[in-house]
Amino acid sequence: MLAYIFRSVVHGVLVMLAVAFIAFSMFRFVGDPVSNMTGQEATLQDRAELRERLGLDQPFPLQFLNYIGSMLQGDFGMSYRQARPVAALLAERLPATLELAILSALLAAIVGVALGVYTATRRDGWLSHLIMSLSLVGVSLPTFLIGIGLIYIFGVQLQWLPFPGRGDVVKLGWWSTGLLTDRGRLALVMPVITLSLFQMTLIMRLVRAEMLEAMRTDYIRFARARGLPESRVQYRHALRNTMIPVVTITGLQFGSVIAFAIVTETVFQWPGLGALFVNAVQYADFPVMATYLMFVALVFVVVNLLTDFVYLALDPRLRGGSRVPK
Amino acid sequence: MKDSPVANPLAAAPVYSSALVRAWDSDLGWSFRSSPVAIVSATVALLMILATLAAPLIAPQNPFDSATLNLMDGFTRPGESGIGSQRVFPLGSDEQGRDVLSAILFGSRTSLIIGFVSVLFSMGLGVFLGLVAGYIGGHAGVLIMRVADVQLSFPAILVALLVFGVARGLIPPAVQEKMTLLVMIVAIGLSNWAQYARTVRALTLVEKSKDYVAAAQLIGISPIPLMLRHILPNVLGPVLVIATINLALAILEEATLSFLGVGMPLTQPSLGTLIRFGQQFLFSGEWWILFFPATTLVILALAINLLGDWLRDALNPKLQ
Repeated sequence: MLAYIFRSVVHGVLVMLAVAFIAFSMFRFVGDPVSNMTGQEATLQDRAELRERLGLDQPFPLQFLNYIGSMLQGDFGMSYRQARPVAALLAERLPATLELAILSALLAAIVGVALGVYTATRRDGWLSHLIMSLSLVGVSLPTFLIGIGLIYIFGVQLQWLPFPGRGDVVKLGWWSTGLLTDRGRLALVMPVITLSLFQMTLIMRLVRAEMLEAMRTDYIRFARARGLPESRVQYRHALRNTMIPVVTITGLQFGSVIAFAIVTETVFQWPGLGALFVNAVQYADFPVMATYLMFVALVFVVVNLLTDFVYLALDPRLRGGSRVPK
Repeated sequence: MKDSPVANPLAAAPVYSSALVRAWDSDLGWSFRSSPVAIVSATVALLMILATLAAPLIAPQNPFDSATLNLMDGFTRPGESGIGSQRVFPLGSDEQGRDVLSAILFGSRTSLIIGFVSVLFSMGLGVFLGLVAGYIGGHAGVLIMRVADVQLSFPAILVALLVFGVARGLIPPAVQEKMTLLVMIVAIGLSNWAQYARTVRALTLVEKSKDYVAAAQLIGISPIPLMLRHILPNVLGPVLVIATINLALAILEEATLSFLGVGMPLTQPSLGTLIRFGQQFLFSGEWWILFFPATTLVILALAINLLGDWLRDALNPKLQ
């Protein structure tokens, strides 16, 4: 078990190093960082000084080590476009994205599991068929169109929900939250629904498939033979055993939710990290792009690790020997 | 040797019918004829592709020639005739009097070109790397699959955005707009190769242990021709399924990028650009400038998706 944890951690660190290498190469080799940071009137001497201060005159491996070192200390460089430290930009926009992503993941998990159980237990009902066909159409509907549709109906025509942005936010230290005000909560409704729909269909289909699979097994047949009520068979026996893969997939999807937030944030003009990233791509602002890439990679790696541990806790078969099937 | 009729008696058999008739009579053809969903979606997709190919001939107006635009026609409602030119605009016009139908025809053309070429690009790259990883293997194979693993855990849109951003930094601003089509193809192509590589590698590992590969090795065919001429034809079925579904995804990915403003410029719009452009008029009541391009995009993606679903089931030996 220790070996298993150790291997997961080493794997995560390797992935982070690989992504850091890509991020650094982007910053270092695409365009010249020095001419990006200095203005037209900078003299050759200014440039040479900046080059030395950034450590760009050193050999490449040493530069890479320095880059990782300063990242670990929370120094991500300066944004070319906004001339502010990237760390400050990130801290400012992190709460908006995290609130959106966490609420979306929760909504997707709760509604996805509920719909999955419903469509699995009432396979031939008309509502199940409707839900299944809707989810097929939903795959062909791009996220931004769903967002625009919601804005048009609930924001413009009915005027029930505020748009654009976060509504009113309250500052709690450096964290800003929209959860404490009415307008802030209302502003969250449309973006959260938009962002969660894709994951919701995914989770629903997974739960449905797993439930149908579980209902065919022997222990369900025996539970029924013992005369247990059908609801108990379905929820206590079948659903419980389908939860392990569901928890894994839901967890692993959290990284994608953060990355997909790029589109949702742009549609709703949500002041989060995704919108910052799209801006950075438009203006080739490499320090911001590199840092965002590192951030998404970190979320992926941490979530992967946590899921591994949850798996370990949920499934006693994995805890036995040192040989763990991958 | 392998091309002589003596070595292969089947090749000497007389050809009874043309390729088209044989395709119609094959299992796949039968499955196609008996699936209404496949027929409808194939017809819709084919009609849309033909319409975009013929766009310069059938479009009522050249939407990019500002000489033919009449500002007085601006914001004509669908089906009404413009005040300036007295011409009927079937799907309405935008603020500059540009015919929405013509814009959609030319926009779908850009979307489809990017979709097709980027799928070819990622298919070529992924199939080749998959063959190498499966047939030759070794350190190169391990490296290819590790990169594929890491990339598959990131959403394609993020990879495409990064490639686009890097291209922004590398290409001088003066030629940036002209190069966008190429950049989009590379960005979307590079974000989708990993799935092909993974599938082809798995299939190649199976094929590698079969007798015909051993025979080909024995008569001294070198690895690259062996991979391309002997193994490749046997792994193409699943690759085609992935490519069809990928085409729909690539078109949607392109639309999303253009919508985000990191894609095709307004001078050379795709469906996504048209939607981005139409969004600013939606809230003031001119819904048709956004609605029709969006509907076109959804119908196109849905038709190709359904076709891909059918192809996957039709080629799946477990379901036959």
